[in-house]
Amino acid sequence: MTHKTLIPIGPYHPLQEEAEFFQLYCEGETVVDMDARISYNHRGIEGVSMNRTWDQVPYVVERVCGICSASHPLAYVQAVEEIAEVEVPERALYVRTIINELERIHSHLLWFGLAGHFIGYNTVFMWAWRYREPCLDALEVVTGSRINYANHTVGGSRKDLTPEMVKFVGERLDEIEGPLDMFITTALEDPILSLRLKDVGVLTEQDARALGACGPTARASNVPIDVRRDDPYAAYDRVDWDVMTCQNGDVFDKVVVRLLETKEAIRILRQALRDLPEGPVQASVKEVPPGEGVGHVEAPRGETFHFVKSNGGAGPERHKIRAPSFNNVPTFRASCIGQPIADVTITLASIDPCYSCTERMAVVADRDTGEELMNFADLVKLSRQKTEEIRKQL
Amino acid sequence: MSVLDKVKLWGLKKSPWVYHVNTGACNNCDIEVLELLTPRFDVERLGVLLACSPRHADALLVTGICTRQARPRLQEIYRQTAKPCLVVCLGACACTAGIFHDAWHFAGPVDEVIREVDPDAKIIYIPGCPPKPEAMIAGIAKALQDL
Repeated sequence: MTHKTLIPIGPYHPLQEEAEFFQLYCEGETVVDMDARISYNHRGIEGVSMNRTWDQVPYVVERVCGICSASHPLAYVQAVEEIAEVEVPERALYVRTIINELERIHSHLLWFGLAGHFIGYNTVFMWAWRYREPCLDALEVVTGSRINYANHTVGGSRKDLTPEMVKFVGERLDEIEGPLDMFITTALEDPILSLRLKDVGVLTEQDARALGACGPTARASNVPIDVRRDDPYAAYDRVDWDVMTCQNGDVFDKVVVRLLETKEAIRILRQALRDLPEGPVQASVKEVPPGEGVGHVEAPRGETFHFVKSNGGAGPERHKIRAPSFNNVPTFRASCIGQPIADVTITLASIDPCYSCTERMAVVADRDTGEELMNFADLVKLSRQKTEEIRKQL
Repeated sequence: MSVLDKVKLWGLKKSPWVYHVNTGACNNCDIEVLELLTPRFDVERLGVLLACSPRHADALLVTGICTRQARPRLQEIYRQTAKPCLVVCLGACACTAGIFHDAWHFAGPVDEVIREVDPDAKIIYIPGCPPKPEAMIAGIAKALQDL
């Protein structure tokens, strides 16, 4: 008879920055089943956003997640621009591309450093974060803040790039490029990283497709999806770049994919800085008519999707946010089960999870009285009834 | 103040070990806290070390609005710390709830939640969204001087 042990991790634990609770069911050292409980970070950001005006919302959605703080506003403003049918000036599209790619570099280097930290290889942590600093300096000069950029507004960009800024960003890229090549060589050749990460937490191509994984998690499993190529926004169709994929889907490939993407981001940035067209960066938007719009953006972690519904008022009537981790977190069961406990920690971190993005909550209530019309048990019952009905028809 | 208390205070001021609690932040303050450990800012040279357990901590770095789920857990973490323990409210969310003041899952400002457990808790506020790492170092250094 096998004996199962339950190992709880969290909610407050030193592994990840955020609070989340994992229950690992183990037989000996092997994890045979797992469960994840979240919503310690749920703040109700969709509700907050629906109480704000069109211009205020970008600054709210920026705080959905501090690391994707350029991707969420961009997805939102694209959704609003779709409703209002705004023609965004060419220069603003380039400025958006520059800021989003700088964000990608800083996010991927951040994750690479943390991955090193999780496997107890702190040299990687220190080096990766050291060379992330020039990127933050560039962002600070361009937007005025190290992390919350507040640069995307409906109809364009809040701030323009001066020639001095363009020069400064170019110099910082030179500073990052050398160490980045070193990281890629290190990652590919370092015996510690390959022994520790190869064939760990494998997510097969089939699982990645079935579970709807997105971003680097999917691309490491040889699923070449990328919103930047599939539905180009900003200036991604005007620059030359490639979608990076790897074959195996293990944690090692997730590291490699992210480092190669960082390299690609530098390539995009150099072209965008060179081709930056002249002109205004802000189109005037008079009003937002009633209608519905969607915007999606390839955030560093995957596809960020925003749905906005307008009733012609001062702010969104409905704002739905779907963050990339929402798709990626279910891959845990596919990649963690069968692994030893020591490998599960890095596998849990390998999708670069962001729980503050993911945590959503739905209430079925009367809009006027606030009375709850259905609770969780009712919804489960409804769902089971529906399943039964479908089963009868089959 | 007894001799033992004096030694405790000296230890706290000399090398504060901090425990990082995320009570519903957007990760911005959290990555800036990690930034403090890395080569550019490197607070370890000042004796500040990130502790893995609240039982080892001299100070709690609290980031984020206190959500309903996090509220009892934050109180429990504070109970587990060795006293005297500083509570550092890091960022606009922890100080005042900032942009999320009308969010439905917001369960009271961090300082009130802590004062429910310990009315005499020493609470430090470092505002900003997120505060720059320089501001965090300055805030903690100033708080330690005033002890």
